[in-house]
Amino acid sequence: MHPLHRKDVINPERLLSLARARRHNCTGAAALFQQLLEPFGYTKKTVSRPKTLFEKIWDEHLVVHEAGSPAVLFIGLHLVHEVTSPQAFQGLRDLGLKVRRPDLTQATLDHSIPTTDRSLPILDPIAARQVDQMRINCHEFGIPLQDLDDEYQGIVHVIGPELGLTQPGMTVVCGDSHTSTHGAFGALAFGIGSTEVQHVLATQCLLQDKPKSCEIRFDGNPPAGVVAKDLVLAMIAQIGVGGGTGQVLEYTGSAIRSLSMEARMTVCNMSIEGGARAGMIAPDDTTFEYLAGRERAPQQTAWDQAVERWRQLPTDEGAEYDRQITIDVASLEPMITYGTNPGMGIPITQPVPDPASDASGAVGKALDYMQLEGGRSLLGHPVDVVFIGSCTNSRISDLRIAADLLKGRKINPKVRMLVVPGSEQIKKQAEAENLPEVFKAAGAEWREAGCSMCIGMNGDQLDPGQYCVSTSNRNFEGRQGKGGRTFLASPLTAAASAVNGAITDVRTMMD
Amino acid sequence: MEPITTFKGRAVVLPMRDIDTDQIIPARYLKTIDKQGLGKNVFNDWRCLSDGSPNPDFVLNQPHAEGASILLAGDNFGCGSSREHAPWALIGFGFRAVISTSFADIFRNNSLKNGLLPIIVDDETHTELLSLAEGDQAIELEVDLPNQTLQLSTGREVSFPIDTFSKKCLVAGVDQLGYLQQQEALITAYETSHPARINTL
Repeated sequence: MHPLHRKDVINPERLLSLARARRHNCTGAAALFQQLLEPFGYTKKTVSRPKTLFEKIWDEHLVVHEAGSPAVLFIGLHLVHEVTSPQAFQGLRDLGLKVRRPDLTQATLDHSIPTTDRSLPILDPIAARQVDQMRINCHEFGIPLQDLDDEYQGIVHVIGPELGLTQPGMTVVCGDSHTSTHGAFGALAFGIGSTEVQHVLATQCLLQDKPKSCEIRFDGNPPAGVVAKDLVLAMIAQIGVGGGTGQVLEYTGSAIRSLSMEARMTVCNMSIEGGARAGMIAPDDTTFEYLAGRERAPQQTAWDQAVERWRQLPTDEGAEYDRQITIDVASLEPMITYGTNPGMGIPITQPVPDPASDASGAVGKALDYMQLEGGRSLLGHPVDVVFIGSCTNSRISDLRIAADLLKGRKINPKVRMLVVPGSEQIKKQAEAENLPEVFKAAGAEWREAGCSMCIGMNGDQLDPGQYCVSTSNRNFEGRQGKGGRTFLASPLTAAASAVNGAITDVRTMMD
Repeated sequence: MEPITTFKGRAVVLPMRDIDTDQIIPARYLKTIDKQGLGKNVFNDWRCLSDGSPNPDFVLNQPHAEGASILLAGDNFGCGSSREHAPWALIGFGFRAVISTSFADIFRNNSLKNGLLPIIVDDETHTELLSLAEGDQAIELEVDLPNQTLQLSTGREVSFPIDTFSKKCLVAGVDQLGYLQQQEALITAYETSHPARINTL
């Protein structure tokens, strides 16, 4: 007799009540199945097919998925900043709605704020109004705000992990495309628009179509001078700026496992530059060590239980991705972009592509804007500005490697160099290690935390025609200031180029 | 949000691929706390010369762009930043639809929530549209959202994909928030059944 036919074990009333409670609920359906089969010795493993990290988090956050509609996904953490939220809060006001879960919402100021003396008023009246509006909105709707005088103020994607808000297995959203950063913790994290910000504020849920999955495997040991930024720039150069559209990338492989959490954040941060919905890395001991003891991370017994749960998150053996790509890290060189999107990257010793080799005309148009010649190397190309900062590369490890290279050296007097820490905490840590002295002695500016010259909204920007080696994430036309020209690279390449006043292969300056 | 059903419109062409949202609306215009008024700054740095005067070579400054409601663009339109100011600026200019071979995910989502219709066509149709525009810069197209068709100036009709849910919302001109609010009971049930996972902050 089939075990399911054993009437003595199955209580129809209980089943019915379970089914009612779980109606439409996909997570509930799985739990129901589990409860049905458990008395017969079936364990979870035998009833569920192998799943990827992404699928596990997706399934666990499904509230409902009706036919003909997108899935309703529960959001575990909603990060908010001043630029993409005012219209969302106004939308709530217009409809007379409240924020459903202020306890799962965290706001900060980062984009529009000056990175100079914070005791002075904000000079730009439009930016000042936006900042004030953020304060009004947070106060009115009861949302915690990391204001300019807060010890945890900083770039939204830096402070989330720093505070321990970002945790494995979570869904994380923010009205900001670089929300993919938080995927480094094994969270499903992605950027949304302002209307979606309003949706999440009102319901703590989001309507989503299920993306496809893609494994990006980084195998091998990185050669000297090659860091996380080079890995991700190489990946984007390979798949293109639209290559990840509709997909969630999972970064795997030995090279990813040996990266620190900060380096993993750099990789996940730029997933969006490959067009991906999100990028993620399965949590491991490196993740747990980073999170342990952080202010908002679970403590004591709750911590032990959380770690036990998080250990179940990595992709199961035999789980299938929709697509797989392998990158040999041992063969990589430091990377640099030559064009006007992050996919236009080359190994630093290679020549800029010939526009004739690109039928779409995109390379020609980019080189025209950049005023560069195809077929020539970028090495030795003059640089006016060097920017070390942004949610990609403003963490303490980024500052340390740049400072190490600058120690005992001076930057070229023609170069303006800005070093902008990602958060107040990073700033404090850097100060404790005397890094600002190194930067200042070399001739660089040491500033307050914020997005700064990555997006150029706060007055930190390039003049028309200037060339900048930047550790940020976008080299779009005018991104760092109208008419400005950006070369994206690692903090090592940026620091080396500052010293020489020209694009430099950092390996020529290493012992 | 204005409903979209059928409309006839003039299309202008920006044929390059990978047009990012920083081009559609540069970051310095994101300091606004409003959705309105961004149309005048759409593609600002391509529309204006360095002295701020209109660039006569840029398509949106040409006479045939006056009153255009459809933008025909290259592949992967709207990549980069999540700024919803991009569709707000395009709508502010007067666009009701963008045609491309593909769209960046966030831009596409944002457009669908604001009544800007992203129309995906295959390479062949895209090439045909571009060549029609080359001969006669002011091509007229007819969009029929309920039937998911695009009629070319030659009379040829092509169908385009869109998910049922977005189509329903666009045709009715309703925000998707209403649907989420209807799920209130299930959201509460989810919160109650997953406390250990949700309340870790």
